[in-house]
Amino acid sequence: MTASTPDTSTFITAPFQLCRNTGAGLLGLFEKIGTLSLFALRAVAHCFLPRWFPAQFLRQLIDIGYYSLPVVGMTALFTGMVLALQSYTGFTRFNAESAIAGVVVLSVTRELAPVLAGLMVAGRVGAAIAAEIGTMRVTEQIDALTTLSVNPFKYLIAPRLMAGTLMLPLLVLIGDVIGVFGGYVVAIYKLGFSPNSYLSQTWDILETMDVVSGLVKAGAFGFIVALMGCYHGFNSARGAQGVGAATTNAVVSSSILILIFNYILTQVFFS
Amino acid sequence: MTPKLELNAVRKSFGPKKVLNGIDLAIQPGRSLVVIGGSGTGKSVMIKSVLGIVQPDSGSIRIDGEEVTGLRGKNRDAMLRKFGMLFQGGALFDSLKVWENVAFGLVQGRGMNRKDAREIAVEKIRAVGLSPDVGDLLPAELSGGMQKRVGLARAIAASPEIIFFDEPTTGLDPIMADVINDLIVKSVKQLGATALSITHDMASARKIADDVAMIYDGKIIWHGPVGDLDNSGNDYVDQFIHGRAEGPIGRI
Ligand SMILES: Nc1ncnc2c1ncn2[C@@H]1O[C@H](COP(=O)(O)OP(=O)(O)OP(=O)(O)O)[C@@H](O)[C@H]1O
Ligand SMILES: [Mg+2]
Repeated sequence: MTASTPDTSTFITAPFQLCRNTGAGLLGLFEKIGTLSLFALRAVAHCFLPRWFPAQFLRQLIDIGYYSLPVVGMTALFTGMVLALQSYTGFTRFNAESAIAGVVVLSVTRELAPVLAGLMVAGRVGAAIAAEIGTMRVTEQIDALTTLSVNPFKYLIAPRLMAGTLMLPLLVLIGDVIGVFGGYVVAIYKLGFSPNSYLSQTWDILETMDVVSGLVKAGAFGFIVALMGCYHGFNSARGAQGVGAATTNAVVSSSILILIFNYILTQVFFS
Repeated sequence: MTPKLELNAVRKSFGPKKVLNGIDLAIQPGRSLVVIGGSGTGKSVMIKSVLGIVQPDSGSIRIDGEEVTGLRGKNRDAMLRKFGMLFQGGALFDSLKVWENVAFGLVQGRGMNRKDAREIAVEKIRAVGLSPDVGDLLPAELSGGMQKRVGLARAIAASPEIIFFDEPTTGLDPIMADVINDLIVKSVKQLGATALSITHDMASARKIADDVAMIYDGKIIWHGPVGDLDNSGNDYVDQFIHGRAEGPIGRI
């Protein structure tokens, strides 16, 4: 290359530089997806192979499930309430008030309960998992587990993955009920609907598939949240900064993956 | 006699940084070896390579004459059951009580029932100079020196054949340091264990060592009986044991 003046040389190399950066970025992304997939496969294999640690599993069921109940419940309640209110202001313009019950129940069960619960749990549980496992990594507790002949995948990761995958559907089922109840309360006490017709409109439109699809989504989201928490914690860089970054990455990546997989699963179920 | 533990030409780099640059080291059964060397010379990395926590880039590591690099699954667990390890930072499980930490290898690693394991744990907690009611506290409620002693109790709890002590006396007052030295000597004698200790503390080294090895620049540059330490004829060793700033070991 004739680098006669700095100007022309940047002019010539800029497109190459762009290609190189894009290529490096893309390669890096593929590499990340590869290591994450390997980690996920290994983690899932350890869920099915002995030994199991029931006490650890139980602790995670309580941590992930029971203690997330208030957060998920509040989210579902206000979501159901605002849905009823918002659709009322829109639907009265078309004299379509009778559709409100349906809008509330379908939006809650199919989309909002699983997605919002997933995002809330990503913030609450995913961050906690990443911070705990990350701290164990940087303080050599994970190395200590290994030297005491206990596989960290079985002791730390498998219980969290299983608990996440099992508990999120349960949370979402409860969230469904609370969300519909929230819509009901607003419709009856604020908008003046009759309880009987609101309930029958709810039941008429609801199909099993609406709830089931939401629960399957919830299971996938629970898996994603636990996996990303474990992955980032387990591979945490050294020092407090490393744990901080692991926590942030766990929450951000699981939130984005939840939104992406929500689209994919919706496509699979309803098209 | 086959050495209990033998390292041959073990190398490890982190990125461009060569930490271990061909380590050769052997320990005979029942002997206590102390490895000395400056901060950041790779002493901790060396023992982590033996345990497989760090994967060496090349070289061979044998225990009882058997190659252990690259062992996986059950074979690796069986190999690890021969070891006890005191981590430099303690590495206590902070979600478990002190006695559960000490008993962890017995209960989870070997499937002993909790009641028996607890008895052994309390006995080991006493042996490291702590009162048994410390057993019901969480590690975060202990001072640094107490955590170190709990780490030591955990390392010896399962009566391992080989024990690694990574800086066992750092952060302890001189009297407690000597208690720990005695304890290490006693554990090694009583259990008939083979010990590899890392220390900067020369008083401790003289007390617990049968042999001393010095690591510098990723290699073992001197290895001999503790009695020869003062006339090793090695300038690096002389500088180190007398703690002189001037000498062949440069300041970084
Ligand atoms: N996991 C790792 N990733 C990157 N570098 C590492 C890692 N572990 C150790 N190192 C580097 O290897 C070198 C040796 O570390 P090591 O902990 O073995 O030192 P040491 O001899 O035990 O020192 P000290 O006496 O201070 O404990 C250090 O420079 C450290 O930065
Ligand atoms: Mg060290």
